Amino acid sequence: MSHRLQHFLTPMMTLGLVLLALILVPGLFGQWFTDPDQLRLMAGGINAPPSWAHLLGTQNEGRDVLTYILKGMPNTLLIGLVGGGSAVLLGTVLGMVAGYFGGPLDGLIRNTVDIGLTIPPLAILIMIAASFSVVTPLTMGLVIALTSWMHPTRVIRSQVLSLREREFVLLLRLSGASPTQIIFLELMPNLIPFLAATFVNAFATALLASIGLEVLGLGSLHTPTLGNLIYFAIIGNAMWLGLWWWWLPPILIFIVFFMGLFFVSTALDALANPRLEPRSG
Amino acid sequence: MNLRYLGRRMATFLLTIFIASTLNFAITRLTPQDPIAALLGRMASRGRSVENGAEITALFRERLGLDETLPQQYLNYLLDLLRGDMGYSLAFFPIKAEAVILRALPWTLGLLSVATLLAFTIGNLLGALAAWPQVPRAFRWLVYLSMPFSAIPYYLLALILVYLFALNWQFFPLGGAFTTGSTRGRDLATFADMARHATLPVLSVVLAVVGFWALSMRGIMATVLGEDYLIYAEARGLRSRRIFSHYAMRNAMLPQVTALAIDFGRLISGQVLVEIIFNYPGVGWVLYNALRSADFFVIQGVTLFMIFTVAVATLLLDLIYPLLDPRIRY
Repeated sequence: MSHRLQHFLTPMMTLGLVLLALILVPGLFGQWFTDPDQLRLMAGGINAPPSWAHLLGTQNEGRDVLTYILKGMPNTLLIGLVGGGSAVLLGTVLGMVAGYFGGPLDGLIRNTVDIGLTIPPLAILIMIAASFSVVTPLTMGLVIALTSWMHPTRVIRSQVLSLREREFVLLLRLSGASPTQIIFLELMPNLIPFLAATFVNAFATALLASIGLEVLGLGSLHTPTLGNLIYFAIIGNAMWLGLWWWWLPPILIFIVFFMGLFFVSTALDALANPRLEPRSG
Repeated sequence: MNLRYLGRRMATFLLTIFIASTLNFAITRLTPQDPIAALLGRMASRGRSVENGAEITALFRERLGLDETLPQQYLNYLLDLLRGDMGYSLAFFPIKAEAVILRALPWTLGLLSVATLLAFTIGNLLGALAAWPQVPRAFRWLVYLSMPFSAIPYYLLALILVYLFALNWQFFPLGGAFTTGSTRGRDLATFADMARHATLPVLSVVLAVVGFWALSMRGIMATVLGEDYLIYAEARGLRSRRIFSHYAMRNAMLPQVTALAIDFGRLISGQVLVEIIFNYPGVGWVLYNALRSADFFVIQGVTLFMIFTVAVATLLLDLIYPLLDPRIRY
């Protein structure tokens, strides 16, 4: 086991996991150590620099920035999880059906994916967010998944296509195993490294899309999220007023987090295709 | 290139545009609320005076054809689109939405093409050199250094660049596309002024994308290096530089051109957000203002523009691909 662990924990994977943990641990558990009163209007002075009372200062309505961040991180992570998770789930089902059964259904799915990939997701997301004003982190994640399932579908389909021609699958088919049995018991375990890599990429994509929407002011402005914090900082001219404690922390958090996701996904790719050079995208 | 391929490719192009426009229509009609009431409410709640309220409401009703049946509305929408008629801008009322977008278009296309071209060229060169055996090891670190940047979203990078180089050190202007109040002509001074304003927006896109291209180019180059034709070229005694550019790069570029087509959607989405950060007067800035004033037809127009641009770019790349790769004959 320790040998397998050693194989798994390449330097790049370790670096990625450490970066992710740096963000995830406070991001998930920090909310329990916050005082909700700090989020109220005028909880502190206006645009106050960091002090012992307000470790990351306050913004232009007197709300505590650190509390906003700690309360907002779970929401931001939820959007990424729901968005990336549903996209991979949808992509796995469609990719398996298309790859395993082939035929006209495969043609339909493949063509839909090819056309869907050339429609910029942000364009569709903007129309949805601008038309439906009620957005919670959950619905935002689901809407993002609707525009980002194509890439996972394509990746899973091509993997299933190559797997189903292997001898062990042919043998199972000859011995009368049902398609569901083959797909779930035999193909799935072989797909796990790809699913993991695809999920990390989909998570990053969903997070990216949500930040984009929120920076445009299309998020749910009453829910604290990191993207909304950036939006309000831009609206409030935080940078021009020299309020670095307001606009810089959410950006640094995203940078560290995205780098962590990038390293983990590159390391997972290398594990999934040991023969290939690590490639992103 | 035969006509059948051309016909099929054009059909896919038209189908993509058709599906995307239909989606665009369907989304706005699926809203449970009355779009006009919602719009005017939102405009009022953002403190905008709704001066031509009655006029706008009437226009909106007529334009959206809310009294007609849904299929009829859909048909009208498609016919208007075919004529390039996107409806009125509500914020600049008598001006049409397409006029607002067209005015911003040159800025966006200029910035986007310069940034994409620079990032694609530098990234591919870096990646190819990093895989080339004769290149010093230290050079390889340049590629590793550029990698993490590719993980950072452009607009976040853009904010940091603005802070460092425009606010803190004041090397570059804070935003805009030219110095306000300056006279613009076809002279060198105007060009220099525009270039100075475009530097940071372009840099934020280039920094973020170079790593992506470098990384995949290095991977492709590594497989190309094992090919027989390279060994043969070397055996013929060709100069190393010639082998690099005419044999290795030439072949490794092909998958990269395909990747460029796939990546175009991401590029244009990032561009929209970068323009907002830099107050750059392109389509992204138009979108941002339209969203803030709930300028419905302009928002719809910009999203249609994004879809159309990506579709055209993919089509063009697909059509020139056989010229780059003579082995491909459709």
